[in-house]
Amino acid sequence: MSNTALAENDLDPSPRETVESAVVRFAGDSGDGMQLTGGQFTLATAFAGNELATFPDFPAEIRAPAGTTFGVSSFQINFGSRVIKTAGDAFDMLIAMNPAALKVELGGLKKGGLIIVDTGSFGDRDLRKAGYDANPLEDDSLDGYQVIPIDISKLTLEAVKESGLSKQEALRCKNLWTLGFVYWMYGRDRQPTADWLNAKFNARPDLAEANIAAMNAGHTVAETMELPDGIHGYHVDAADIPPGTYRTVTGAEALAWGLAAGTHLADIKMLFASYPITPASQLLHSLSKMVDHDVVTFQAEDEIAAACAAIGASFGGNLGVTSSSGPGIALKTEAIGLAISAELPMVIVNSQRAGPSTGLPTKTEQSDLYQAVLGRNADSPLCVLAARSPADCFDVAIEAVRIAIKYMTPVFLLTDGYIGNAAEPWNIPDINDYEKIPVQFRTDPEGFHPFQRDPDTLARPWAIPGTPGLEHRIGGIEKDFNSGHISYDPENHQKMTDTRFAKIEGIARDIPVQGVEDGTEMGKLAVVGWGSTYGPISRAVSNLRGQGLDVSHIHLRYIWPFPENLGDLLKGYDQVLVPEMNHGQLVNVLRAEYLVPAEGLNKVSGQPFKIIEIEDAIRAKLGN
Amino acid sequence: MNVVTPSEKLTPKDFATDQEVRWCPGCGDYAILKGVQKTLADIGAKPENTVFVSGIGCAARFPYYINTYGFHTIHGRAPAFATGLKLANPNLDVWVVSGDGDALSIGGNHLFHLLRRNVNLQFLLFNNEIYGLTKGQYSPTSRQGTRSPSTPWGSLDNPASAVVFALGAGARFVARGIDSNQKHLPGVLARAHAHVGTSFVEIFQNCKVYNDGVFENFTGRDVAGDRQIYVEHGKPLIFGADQDKGLVLNPKTLTLDAVTIGENGVTEDDILVHDETNKIIATLLAHMEPPTLPVALGVIYAVPGQSYEDGVGEMVRSHAQAEKPDFNKLLRSGRTWTVG
Repeated sequence: MSNTALAENDLDPSPRETVESAVVRFAGDSGDGMQLTGGQFTLATAFAGNELATFPDFPAEIRAPAGTTFGVSSFQINFGSRVIKTAGDAFDMLIAMNPAALKVELGGLKKGGLIIVDTGSFGDRDLRKAGYDANPLEDDSLDGYQVIPIDISKLTLEAVKESGLSKQEALRCKNLWTLGFVYWMYGRDRQPTADWLNAKFNARPDLAEANIAAMNAGHTVAETMELPDGIHGYHVDAADIPPGTYRTVTGAEALAWGLAAGTHLADIKMLFASYPITPASQLLHSLSKMVDHDVVTFQAEDEIAAACAAIGASFGGNLGVTSSSGPGIALKTEAIGLAISAELPMVIVNSQRAGPSTGLPTKTEQSDLYQAVLGRNADSPLCVLAARSPADCFDVAIEAVRIAIKYMTPVFLLTDGYIGNAAEPWNIPDINDYEKIPVQFRTDPEGFHPFQRDPDTLARPWAIPGTPGLEHRIGGIEKDFNSGHISYDPENHQKMTDTRFAKIEGIARDIPVQGVEDGTEMGKLAVVGWGSTYGPISRAVSNLRGQGLDVSHIHLRYIWPFPENLGDLLKGYDQVLVPEMNHGQLVNVLRAEYLVPAEGLNKVSGQPFKIIEIEDAIRAKLGN
Repeated sequence: MNVVTPSEKLTPKDFATDQEVRWCPGCGDYAILKGVQKTLADIGAKPENTVFVSGIGCAARFPYYINTYGFHTIHGRAPAFATGLKLANPNLDVWVVSGDGDALSIGGNHLFHLLRRNVNLQFLLFNNEIYGLTKGQYSPTSRQGTRSPSTPWGSLDNPASAVVFALGAGARFVARGIDSNQKHLPGVLARAHAHVGTSFVEIFQNCKVYNDGVFENFTGRDVAGDRQIYVEHGKPLIFGADQDKGLVLNPKTLTLDAVTIGENGVTEDDILVHDETNKIIATLLAHMEPPTLPVALGVIYAVPGQSYEDGVGEMVRSHAQAEKPDFNKLLRSGRTWTVG
């Protein structure tokens, strides 16, 4: 296969409509390979120079019964020639590989939107499994939409018949056929996907060839078929993107690299100890390969052991990092208290998911802010940071490592299921542009005691076993302020508690003042967000500011302590609106800290905010 | 030229701290503390390289009284902490001190995984068959029918055997001692220290306040000789106040029988010879209970094997590039594209 054969034909004669942006959702059965299809479309779109954001949305079951609505796995991508900040609200195009996918996803499609369906998967049995009494392709269910019905199953079998694959294997190429079709619709280059298939199926060239044949067949059919009236190919101009070397990155990848970058900048080793849990496991997988960069991973017997092993590693002079999702974080809580009491550096990553209890393991939520800020026995302050997007995870992870080491404290890093799985293009930074993180292991025995504090940071010395003359014994029992020995003295406990608070509060002097993301430093309404609501809030605020509304966007990276100026900043607005994917957590912390009349906009459906939902709330607040 | 002065050999006293020991008067922990301090001196332990790690309970105060590095963690989790510490620095000499509640109740899970992973450290389980620090509730090793504040009519559950648990978990060094037997304990601890992998040592420890005399049925002066057997690798399993009793394997029941040498035609040649590398013998010995059979003491089982942290180190060395690659290369691995 030559490269030129796959390159997009410059002389493409078909009229293409140029659009500024588009939202496409691939939906099928869990076994249909929709995440893979979406991932390849993402890469091809990135190579085409578009801005983009993605939203993989899949069930908790690995293989739910085929054809059922609860087994539907979807992948949404929003791309365009303008700045893209979310995976998009309603989609322009829905690819439905079976009736269940159509049933689940139709509600999210724009009126008049385009549906591509595999009619070969619309048999009576398929319809029954999806809960359809009648075939929606044959009644008026899809009135008001544009439909391209194609027997993808049959065409795929034809396309790969020379490969000698079994029918079952051949049908697995359906997703690539469909991808080829959609590639033509948006004028995408197929070569990167062909390269990827050849690499992936290195050991099975027959599978690589069959999949490429399927993709090419889908492309050819799109190019040559008589599309229904009003349906045509599209063109999306390259976005105006700052120069640089780019890649697509998911939150989990950026987080893994960010943590490793942090210990690289600190020139110490990392022990990453964790226990598998959805959606946090990806971080363990990514880091387990990074032995080249002084990262050792330890899959512990449980969440508690993972946290304790991380603390043990930090006592030994590594940076101990542990990671989980809400239920696992709950188990680690006592150990985090130990790290607070022993004042050791530690990073705890929480990939938040919908709860309580097991909740919706693969669905996103931001409902562990209280757990991070407040969720421990006794007065147990620590630092909490939150990442706003996949790429932002990199910088936030480095900052978490910096603060943990400088202040000898556990630091919570909040991300969520959406950020972890979603991908965006990333202008890859140069590690040499980052400041080193100084680590000073204590070696001088003169006058040493383990809780002798730095007068500025109030951090205690990092004195690691193996150092002669610094032998000391610490643990979870209260320590004497002046010697580090066990102390049950009432006044000492007051002083130590006050000091632990003062140390964490002091971090506020060491972080950037809170800026305004978009808008003015005072006004009628501030929309204050944190974490993955960044995309929809920024788009909503930008849209409405464009319409002349007096609304500003403030987005917090530092959840605890807050930046020093935050209270004064918030007091400059008449109203404060706090959209969160929880029942109201940051909003209450802001009210408690600053006595500001902040109000919540809360969503706990397991789905990210839509831009329109935030726009509506802003309009309601401003009376527009 | 630097003059190298040989470092002065440390004595047991050098391993004591200035902290006031706060166990109850007469507690078996005092004897164990003495035994450990003597062992540290005997083996020439370096204080700066030694770490004592504990969980929660009376025994868990131990690190405060040993002049090395020490960490008093949380209930049951010392094995997990110690595993992380050893992964961070495999060169440290780590001792975990635990009790029957800490190790076998709240921390049973971690102990199991520590043993199967074979992290190179010494694990001392002070077994007093009671919760001391919380004032006397029954523990997982308490015998059935133990009356305690939480079991006023006697406990119902079957007790766990620490050494049987350890063998079942895959421990490769299992030994036993008694707090008051100072002649024996330091030798067992020194063996534990010399072993590569997790060395599990159960120490019967008398709780003077809440469970006094619970081990009298085999530690009492009148019965000790006939109800204890000090096992030694390669030596016949002989015991008794007069050293005239021995253990033989009953081939019909596959159990151990106690016999008297000189009776019924039994000679010393008939007595089973202890092989500490034989897990079947170790398991039979671990299961022995008085009064029918003596309590096995000493090194019951010892088969060194690669430690977990050495395995991790080897894996890292064989998969990491010899020279640490540029971090920027990592960020640019896979598909990238250039704009502008």
